[in-house]
Amino acid sequence: MKTVKYIQSKIAFPLALVLLTLVGCERDLSDEVVFATFPTTAEIFTDAPVGLTDEFFISFDPAVGANTEGFGTDENEFFEGTSSIRIDVPSPSDPDGNFIGGIFRDRGEGRDLSGYDALTFWAKGSLTGTILVGFGTDFITDTYPVSTQIQLTAGWRKYTIPIPNAARLTQERGMFLFSAGSFDALGNDNPLDGDSFNDNIGYTFWMDEMRFEKLGTTDMTSSSILGGQDQVVNNFVGYTQTIADNTATFNLANGQNITVNAAPAYFDFTSSDMSVATVTPTGDVSVGGVGSTEITATLAGEVSGGSLTINATGAFVNAPDPTLPASDVIAIYSDSYTNIAGYNPAIFADSNVGPISLQSFSGNEHINYSSINAFLGMGWDGTVDASGATMMHIDIQLVGSTSLLKIEIEDFGANGADEPPFTPGSDDNSGGFDVTSQLVDGQWVSFDIPLNSFTLPTGGGGSGSPATNALGYITLVSNPANPAGILVDNIYFY
Amino acid sequence: MKKIVKNSILAAAMVFSLVFSSCDLDETQTVATLTNLVKADEFDVSGAPDASLWTYDLGDGTAEGIPGWGNNELQVYTNDAQNVEVQNGLLVITARENPGGGYTSARLKTQGLFDQRYGRFEARIKVPQGKGLWPAFWLLGNDCDSNPWPGCGEIDIMEYLGDDPTRIFGTVHGPGYSGGESVSKEYQLEADRFDTSFHVFGIEWGPNYINYYVDDVLYNSITPALIDEETEGQGTWVFNDRPFYIILNIAVGGNLPGNPDANTTFPQRMLVDYVRVYN
Repeated sequence: MKTVKYIQSKIAFPLALVLLTLVGCERDLSDEVVFATFPTTAEIFTDAPVGLTDEFFISFDPAVGANTEGFGTDENEFFEGTSSIRIDVPSPSDPDGNFIGGIFRDRGEGRDLSGYDALTFWAKGSLTGTILVGFGTDFITDTYPVSTQIQLTAGWRKYTIPIPNAARLTQERGMFLFSAGSFDALGNDNPLDGDSFNDNIGYTFWMDEMRFEKLGTTDMTSSSILGGQDQVVNNFVGYTQTIADNTATFNLANGQNITVNAAPAYFDFTSSDMSVATVTPTGDVSVGGVGSTEITATLAGEVSGGSLTINATGAFVNAPDPTLPASDVIAIYSDSYTNIAGYNPAIFADSNVGPISLQSFSGNEHINYSSINAFLGMGWDGTVDASGATMMHIDIQLVGSTSLLKIEIEDFGANGADEPPFTPGSDDNSGGFDVTSQLVDGQWVSFDIPLNSFTLPTGGGGSGSPATNALGYITLVSNPANPAGILVDNIYFY
Repeated sequence: MKKIVKNSILAAAMVFSLVFSSCDLDETQTVATLTNLVKADEFDVSGAPDASLWTYDLGDGTAEGIPGWGNNELQVYTNDAQNVEVQNGLLVITARENPGGGYTSARLKTQGLFDQRYGRFEARIKVPQGKGLWPAFWLLGNDCDSNPWPGCGEIDIMEYLGDDPTRIFGTVHGPGYSGGESVSKEYQLEADRFDTSFHVFGIEWGPNYINYYVDDVLYNSITPALIDEETEGQGTWVFNDRPFYIILNIAVGGNLPGNPDANTTFPQRMLVDYVRVYN
């Protein structure tokens, strides 16, 4: 009991301070001040959209294959009332796009959903397809996305998508999100083989009575960040990372568990040593000092699984800045020059390539190829005429060790088109240069390679010593038995 | 404006009260009428439960001649602190999964220490979660040794299945209505669940009636007439003849709840804030 009294007196003390401060303040809050609150409208769709934007359905970008034709309402099928939302999921060969998806957005400034604990709706499908559904995506700030996969059934069924930490949703415009692709009737879809989707079929599903609810029967049983893993990162001052792969699991009134993907903004993050790294409310970690820190999270007051330990070992040393004037170089990739149009650090790669990321320290960006397995190519728009240049420059820092790193350049030939040298009739040629023996673990090595030194034959069928007036790719080749992890910066011809 | 609003609320309230007063007496029955406290454990002393009130069933039922306690249950009952302990003002019954498989749990009873015929038996409980968990607050007739079950009678004040978090059921077993043929009624919570907050479970029991309540809702009244009706005259009312003692337990797995599945996490706990008996 003494403990309780002590705590109370501790609380009372700062309260007294606050009161004194307020009393002593010259300017009080005006009576006119009203804190903004937003409507608590629960309904999203009953027999018509409720308070949504005029377009109702805002599609994902058709440029990435989203089909905008399959969305509508249906007066012949409904769970309750007079109509439902009808989605015609396209087949893989549909010329209007091979998947359908998008959002419903509040037509106003957003709704206060903090009094609800779930999004619910009824749905049925002509096939038992699996679709992605959620809320919190508004295509404006996308701060609070929540999503999960549900499987449709032939009859109307109620679906419940719990809100992980509703207190955060005081002004949310992202009312609903869905995404659906064709039905894998044969069960042979392989994400690594696009052709395996060709035998899928389109289908239709319906949704009705969509609203936010205060069910009182959802119980969050666990949550996690970083996939529940305890990650350890050894890196440098200036390192940044976003806390991703975050989930929350709920037990529903029917006794079943449901796991949702939840944006970092639902969580509260803590860094055990703020002088080493800080975390923003949206989960962006930034390393500011030498030492070790552990980033952990809670969700709605409950400890989340997973953590990020960062061991920061001082400032990262960037590759040396190029000294040649821009007018003397054909730049491919460098902060010191303007990159070539359409530069892509990995336009193709073998399927076992490791993660590729752009890292930036002190405003100087480089590419982190965590593991070049067999091969990886960087490309750009069109071709580069380097016939007036004699050298290629590239800065490489080896991370660990490797038994092979070869740099290849490929010339697209007179027709300027990509036809791998091994294909019949190709006018392309490529050649390689082996840099393995010159690499140093943990240090930048600046390579200045004469363009006439790319003499080695290539795995793509090139015979070596390609022309240099229509260069299309720079390819990095390693040995899957001991693949290279490298940092790359400042690529240019001169 | 304010006056008008108040008047309309008042008017609405009057309408409601008229409606209520026109209801049958049964609908307005007071949940509990007995208020003379004769026995209580508030679980305010940390450590092992009060030995003057509580004893234990131990093992897997083999010693009693009913392995799996008659229902193919999976737990072994212990009186170890890791399965039963009073802490922070609560009785904590913990069901645990053994590293090598199998489960331990606890079953407390007042047999030989406290029993009573008739009265109000009430407990405030938060139940565990997950498929296969089967907690209960129940009573058995004190002469089951000489008058084998179901002859001695069983009054289940609260039973709950961990994969149905909004429902409990109250049941009586006796000659002609036992096991799967028992007389039972379920009670479902609206907008709440039994495994995330405490709820009060009780019966008020007198000559020829047992009234069941959860929190402030009376949801069933079992009488000899109901037993007759449910058993087509074959059942015998055994609840006027003997004192009953109290049992609190968590069973794991078995015929009724099914076995734990991949989503069931251990340990799971049943928290009891108090047990009170009135007459």
